[in-house]
Parts: sequence; C-alpha cells; structure tokens
Amino acid sequence: MSDRQRRYYRGVAMKPDDLLKEFTWALGIVLVLGILLAAVFSSPDEPTLTAQRVAKVEPSILAGTMLRALSSQSAIAQYGPPYNGLNENAQAIGGFSPQVWAGVQIPVNAPTVFVLRPLSMATALSPRLQSALRAYEDASGAQQQQWVARVLKVLPRAKYAASGVVLPQGSYGPLPAMMDGYFQLARSGLLESAINQNGSVYQTDFTNALLLLQGQAMGAAATPLHMLGEQWGMMREPDNYPGAVWLWLYTALYQLPPYNSSSAADLMVGLTIGGLSVLLLLVPFIPGLRDIPRYIPIHRLIWRRGADK
Amino acid sequence: MNWTKRAQEVLRRELPYEDLLPSELPAYVRSYVYYFGVATLASFVMLVASGIVLAAFGPQWWHVSAVGHFFNSLHFWTVQIFFFAMVLHLWAQFFMAAWRDGRHWTWVVGVVLFVVSVPAALTGFVSQQNFDSQWIAVQGKDAMNALGVGGFFNLLNFGQMYGFHIFIFPLVLAILIGLHIVLVRLHGVVRPIDDPPPVEKGGRPR
Repeated sequence: MSDRQRRYYRGVAMKPDDLLKEFTWALGIVLVLGILLAAVFSSPDEPTLTAQRVAKVEPSILAGTMLRALSSQSAIAQYGPPYNGLNENAQAIGGFSPQVWAGVQIPVNAPTVFVLRPLSMATALSPRLQSALRAYEDASGAQQQQWVARVLKVLPRAKYAASGVVLPQGSYGPLPAMMDGYFQLARSGLLESAINQNGSVYQTDFTNALLLLQGQAMGAAATPLHMLGEQWGMMREPDNYPGAVWLWLYTALYQLPPYNSSSAADLMVGLTIGGLSVLLLLVPFIPGLRDIPRYIPIHRLIWRRGADK
Repeated sequence: MNWTKRAQEVLRRELPYEDLLPSELPAYVRSYVYYFGVATLASFVMLVASGIVLAAFGPQWWHVSAVGHFFNSLHFWTVQIFFFAMVLHLWAQFFMAAWRDGRHWTWVVGVVLFVVSVPAALTGFVSQQNFDSQWIAVQGKDAMNALGVGGFFNLLNFGQMYGFHIFIFPLVLAILIGLHIVLVRLHGVVRPIDDPPPVEKGGRPR
C-alpha cells in the first residue's frame, strides 16, 4: 500500500481481499444470468414495416402519404431543419432554436424523393405511367395542386383493387395512373429501394425510406405494440419486453405539463434532462446537494457502526 | 528529458501496483453494495464479447439464424443487467457520498460513463434492422433534430449508427471505464461518512 493510502486508512482495520477472483465470479454470474434470461425470454424481433405491407393492409394510408408528399403537406415537407428551410416550423423556446441554427443538413424534397423520382424509375416498365408522369410534370404547379386536392377530397371513398386505385368519377388529370403505378411499385417491394437509390450499388443510409412511412403508417403499426410516446413507448420494446427503462425520467417528462402540450416538447425535455445531467455531474461541488447523503442516512445500512472493526 | 523514464517515475509514484491491485481492503468494504460496480464491469465485458460475435456475422445474421437470435438475446439481456447494475452502483455511491476526500473526478467520470452509455444503447436499438429500430429511429430523430444534432447524428442512417454502436461508443466507454477504475484504485475506497479520515497538520484531511 502506498504511503498516501496508508495515511488515509489510519485507524481502519484491513482485511485480505481478492479483486481478480471477485471479478471472475462476477463475470461468471453475469454470463449465467444472461444465458438464462436469453434462453427463457429470448428477444423481440418484430419485422420491419414495409410499403409493401402498408399497400396491402392500410392502402388508404399509403395513398394519403403519396398525395400529401405531392402537395408538400406531409410532415416531412413541413418539418423544417435539417430537411428543409421552413424555420418557422422548427422547435424553439423564444428565440432559442438549435434546430434552426444547425440549418438544412439533410435536404429532402418530399414530392421528388418520395413520389416523382421512384415513379420515374418505373416508367421504363409502364408506358401508361410514363405518359401520366410526363403530363403531371408538364402541368403548372397550380394545376398539379388542384388535381392533388381533388383526389385528397374523395380519398375516403376510394377503393383499392389489385388492378389499382378506384376513385369516384371526377377530373383528376394523370393522378389515377400515377397512383396505380405507385401502388404497383409498393406491392412489388421496390418502393423503398427506389426511394433510397443513390446511384451506387452500395447503400447504408436509409433516411429517405424511413421518413416515407414515419407518420401515420408507423404510428398505426406501433399502437397495438404499445410503443407510442403516450404509451411510454420510449422505454419498452414490442410485446412488453423491457427497453430503455433507464430513460424513465426522460419518458415521464413527455407525459407531464408543460411538456405534453408544447410544440417544442423535444427541445424542452432535452434541455431539462441535459440540465439535470450536468447537476448530477457537479454534485460533489454543490453545497447542499453534496450534503444530502448525510441527512438521508442510507449509508448507515451500508457501513454498520462497529461491524467493520 | 527521457519521456519513458519520466513516465516510469510518475507511474511508480502515483499508481504503485499495490494500490492498483491491492490484496487487502478496509474491513468496512463488506456490503453487497460494493458488488454493483464490478457487476457493471463484468456486464460490459459480456456486452463486448456477445457484440463481437454479432458484429462478426453481420447485422442481418440474427434475423435468420437461431444461434444468431440467441446471441442477440444474450446481448439484449446483458444490456439490461449492465444498466441495472450501473444505476444501483450510481445511487449507492451517491448515498455513500463517494466523492469525498478528493474523489470528485471519480464521480464525474462515472456520471459521464452513465450519460455516454445511453446513446451507446440507443445506437444499438436503431441498428437492429427490425420494426423496433425503425420506430425508435423516426421517434428519436425529433429529439436529435430539436437539439440541433440530428443533421450529423442521424438515427435514420444505419451505416453511421452501426459504426457508432460497434466501435466508437464501446471505445469511448472502455477508455472511461479504465479511467474510472484507475481513479478508484488511485484513491482507494472512501471511508464511511461517520468515520472521516484523521486531520493532519494544517487542518486538511489526508
């Protein structure tokens, strides 16, 4: 023992100990416990939500997603940074908005990325789609939005057949053919690949495809799995497996006012947790806070007086 | 100046091996509370070991192989054990006021370890390549974007998250754990609150 520690432990009884043996035992116990938990409870593996599945199970959601992307009214088209420059939609507390300061770093042009580019890839396989897409792109912006608005209006009455989307009688321009092409692409399982296509064989960034289904479609799939934010979904996995339970405080804040009614909830919760983390970090330096253990004598359960001698 | 000789001298003086690996400890170190720290360390070693197997076979393996699924389950449950032990260790050290007598940096590094462990686990959840990772990524992106870091730390970018999870965060955690353990051993286990160290000349506890 060094002199420094000898001075510190003056008057303290010492006992033999074997740290390496303790660590080996701990490793063995964790290994056995981990194997038992893995063998008995396994782990969740809910299949990914694909546009193919949405087209089959919730076709109205896919149709709505496509049309809102075209009208630039989708959640991502209206998101603000880092996807586009709509700073007024960014989360802010007064003038404090790191989201705005960070700027547009992952530009996403919703109509092009989610609809027009994937459809243009499929035109080689469908002359009808090719002429429909050309008609749409040749039309004025106002005309395009008029067609989209008309289809969105009658969408609740649309029927979804294997041959395509059946809309009530009306004047929708080339949109019915584009919707048929979009559904064919989705049902074939190629839509996400077309959205993610970056001109290379290699691909490890799935940002765009994940953003396509991030709203209504994923929400509908997450609800029965009890994974929505208001279901404390942040700290659980599918089938009630434990998830990030250490985020209980972070998750709890989202359920409480003023966080649960704020349009800047993520920013407020993030700053609160960040502030509390800094406070925890600085406990040894803050009078009052560092004295709490003296007033809540849990330490006497750990160090029993007289038992150490 | 010979840097190597200087390093030898500093290490010999500041971190003698009998402090680094002591064969005797104060008699008050007899509570089970002292095992939470070593349980956290053992869980981290297990996480690295099971993670190496999962990384060696690739991120898709565990979806198609029963053996792979078992290793994923082992990794999954060891994360729970890791955080369980770490949180108990943290609260135990809080109520023992373990930062006393010059141990404040040990506490600071420990809290940083806990804070870094959270995104380390998050990047694992979003690297699973299933619905869970899809959902966590699209939900978590709002928090990252609101804080202004989503453009760089993009939860939807699998390649980036996987790299963070299997290399960057484990490396950072391993360095912090090493530093934490060295600090623990350098200062020794803190004395009980009701049995402070003797005050030497000048009134400063040693």
